[in-house]
Amino acid sequence: MSDVRLDSVRKVYAGGVEAVNGVSLEIADGQFCVLVGPSGCGKSTLLRMVAGLETISGGTCAIDGRVVNEIEPAERDIAMVFQNYALYPHMSVYDNMAYGLRNRGTPKEEIDARVKEAARILEVEPFLQRKPKALSGGQRQRVAMGRAIVRKPKVFLFDEPLSNLDAKLRIQMRVEIRKLQRALKTTSIYVTHDQLEAMTLADQLVVMNKGQVEQAGAPLELYEKPQTIFVAGFIGAPPMNLITVPDGGMPGLTLRQRPAGVVVLGVRPEHLYEDGSDSSELAIDIVVSAVEAVGAETYLYGALNGDGPELIVRVPGRAAHAPGQRLKATAAAAQLHFFNPETGRRIG
Amino acid sequence: MVERRRLLDFVPHLVLMLGIAIVAFPVYVAFVASTWDAATISNGQMPLRPGPHFLENYYRTIFIGTSSSTREPVGTMMLNSLIMAICIALGKIAISLISAFAVVYFRFPFRMAAFWIIFMTLMLPVEVRIFPTYKIVADLRLLDTFAGLTIPLIASATATLLFRQFFMTVPDELVEASKIDGAGPMKFFFDTLVPLSITSVAAMFVVQFIYGWNQYLWPLLITTKDNMQTIVIGIKKMIVTQDALTEWQLAMATAILAMLPPVIVVVVMQKLFVKGLVETEK
Repeated sequence: MSDVRLDSVRKVYAGGVEAVNGVSLEIADGQFCVLVGPSGCGKSTLLRMVAGLETISGGTCAIDGRVVNEIEPAERDIAMVFQNYALYPHMSVYDNMAYGLRNRGTPKEEIDARVKEAARILEVEPFLQRKPKALSGGQRQRVAMGRAIVRKPKVFLFDEPLSNLDAKLRIQMRVEIRKLQRALKTTSIYVTHDQLEAMTLADQLVVMNKGQVEQAGAPLELYEKPQTIFVAGFIGAPPMNLITVPDGGMPGLTLRQRPAGVVVLGVRPEHLYEDGSDSSELAIDIVVSAVEAVGAETYLYGALNGDGPELIVRVPGRAAHAPGQRLKATAAAAQLHFFNPETGRRIG
Repeated sequence: MVERRRLLDFVPHLVLMLGIAIVAFPVYVAFVASTWDAATISNGQMPLRPGPHFLENYYRTIFIGTSSSTREPVGTMMLNSLIMAICIALGKIAISLISAFAVVYFRFPFRMAAFWIIFMTLMLPVEVRIFPTYKIVADLRLLDTFAGLTIPLIASATATLLFRQFFMTVPDELVEASKIDGAGPMKFFFDTLVPLSITSVAAMFVVQFIYGWNQYLWPLLITTKDNMQTIVIGIKKMIVTQDALTEWQLAMATAILAMLPPVIVVVVMQKLFVKGLVETEK
């Protein structure tokens, strides 16, 4: 039973660079929280502060109700999985997993039982006596996770653990991490820059930008109701179309109802339909400039009215469009997002 | 080179063989000389094949010594040299590992200053600081002791720099993983850093053992007792220039014996030595 509470946590590096700028978060017991954002947004720094590998410049971090700001990493009862695995190269897989337990003076029989149990769950039993050098990337990743789970910590911390794997293995491990976390019910914080990984893993998704939390919530909530332009552009692939619409409207774009003044209109490529009926809320004319067929769907790239902002339309299956062709796309009212261009925040 | 031509193969081999012959010939002559009696050597008619006195000469050298000049069996000298070389090599490695660990992993005031001071001692070998060092050792009453023989030679900038370079290639995540696994700094040092450095340690051992074994000036200065002589000094003392007869067969046997330990160390540790100097993947 362990939750993590961050209260206006700040990190200021010597030299005045502010990496994390007042982050408050509550991660419930057993929850899988994913921190996502572009590089340099402070997500890894935040994770490392929870781990105790970075000092906390301001605010408090509490694990299971205990403020851990001044507590050594080893005493915080956390386990961390690193991007490059950080296995001890001179120790066997078994020793790698047992090392943390030995340092804590766990009895030998219990270490043995726990390591074997973890090896069984992660399917690394045949490699227990091997050195990490003799393992593949995916196997090393499993061992790194094994090292975390044998400790039975209060919190798992993952620092971009899948970045070093190839695409296929990444998807496979992603599913396994999710299953494992569900089975163990251990509170987890996971850092990634891959929004797909973030969407699929998270109970709570936290989008960070410039050292601050842009929005936190359930993944689909962020997808359906992004609160800022940044979140709108970050969540979803391909990204949401964002068009700055002046007060008087613009050629090639028909909007039935809209907030007053200059607004940023957001509409996802998958919510634009080409066979538009006239009852649609939004209708836009696009001149196609490129076609990307990926099999299950086709992405049409084009400019609004031929010379306006670049847009993407997703068409299911194959599309008969060719570059240079005109296309009329429409969208329903519920799929439109309006943002204030100055504050970047959602309107309505 | 993929191409193989007989001539191109032959020429480099010939050059190498000639080189080896040139280097090895004096050693061979020394060995031959150590198997004849004094009279044969000094009348200038020594043949180039091993003589009949091998066992006798080596027995005398190791267990009795020359009758006049060194007054000490070479066995004792070898033991002295061995103790000195091993103490210097291990001492240098231990001190350098610890100081490199401090310089790389700890943030203390004047860390870089400390590093540069260590670096600058490269310019101050024993020969440069010999008088002050002698004075200190003499004042500490360490003349004619193994401590006096080894301690002043132990501080080593070379090994510190080598280990520093190696430690900098160890990923930071290993330190962090150790921290989370509950290993303090010294536990990290002994459990992770030292085992990872083992090949570098072996390479350093080879280099420093030979350095220690070949010491001449320093032992010459601070040892006065016969039973503290090292073998390198012993050879020098055996070659008498005035009045007495040099027992060449014993001097040559001593020279051969003096060559053996470094050769053994190199042969035994060759693989690790090369690995330690060229290995990059950790």
